[in-house]
Amino acid sequence: MTIQTPLGRVRGLGSAKSGVEHFWHQRLTAAALVPLTLWFVWIVARYAGAPHVDVVAALGHPINAALMLLFVVAGLYHMALGLRVVVEDYITAKGSKLALLFFVNFAAFAIAMVCVVAVLRIAIRF
Amino acid sequence: MPESRAKRPTSPHLQIYKWPVTMGTSILHRITGVGLGVGTLVLAWWLVAASMGPDAYAVFETTAFHWFGRIVLFGFTLALVYHALNGVRHLAWDFGYGFKVATANMTGLLTYGATVIVTLVIWIAAYASMGAF
Repeated sequence: MTIQTPLGRVRGLGSAKSGVEHFWHQRLTAAALVPLTLWFVWIVARYAGAPHVDVVAALGHPINAALMLLFVVAGLYHMALGLRVVVEDYITAKGSKLALLFFVNFAAFAIAMVCVVAVLRIAIRF
Repeated sequence: MPESRAKRPTSPHLQIYKWPVTMGTSILHRITGVGLGVGTLVLAWWLVAASMGPDAYAVFETTAFHWFGRIVLFGFTLALVYHALNGVRHLAWDFGYGFKVATANMTGLLTYGATVIVTLVIWIAAYASMGAF
């Protein structure tokens, strides 16, 4: 028996111990990725098969480098959030679920970090 | 078992079950999402190879432009375009639009069609930028 009002319980985030962060961040990154994907598709189509000098000159431009960093970070965060749901939906065994969630998040951070370092290296070197 | 019952199909019976449009779009959204997760490895390879110099980039290009590499990249383009377009559909739903069955079916089919067209346009543009035409 609790003397808390329903509103009070909601404010305390209830029994789930978390609120709408996952849902909200998934949508925030999705909205950000719509224009970023348009830009990404354009740059890939434009520079597919271009000589290395042209590719790094384009990616090294401060605006393009910034957009690529945003695309990579928003994209991989969006991936981590999405794959979390996939794992939670299909894997019921506690140990496997935990292991896969570790893997998903480690992989997302590792790939994001590699991409960020590569983009910064291009921006500085070329 | 009475005759009428024996011949009645159980549902969902895969041979006669008619998939709702929205079921297909939903499942594809998830499959393409997971696929794009794998695709981030190719993106990382592209960026790392470019950052390392012309030699490393040449290795990436040889692999990516191999006929098998092109098929994989075409698949990733399809997945990216579909996931992006269907994602916009999801965002519209989040705002409460397009929930009527007829509307959801129509936007689903439109998404399928647009995915094919946009993907082809991207590849034609990419080949054009390579001076293929």
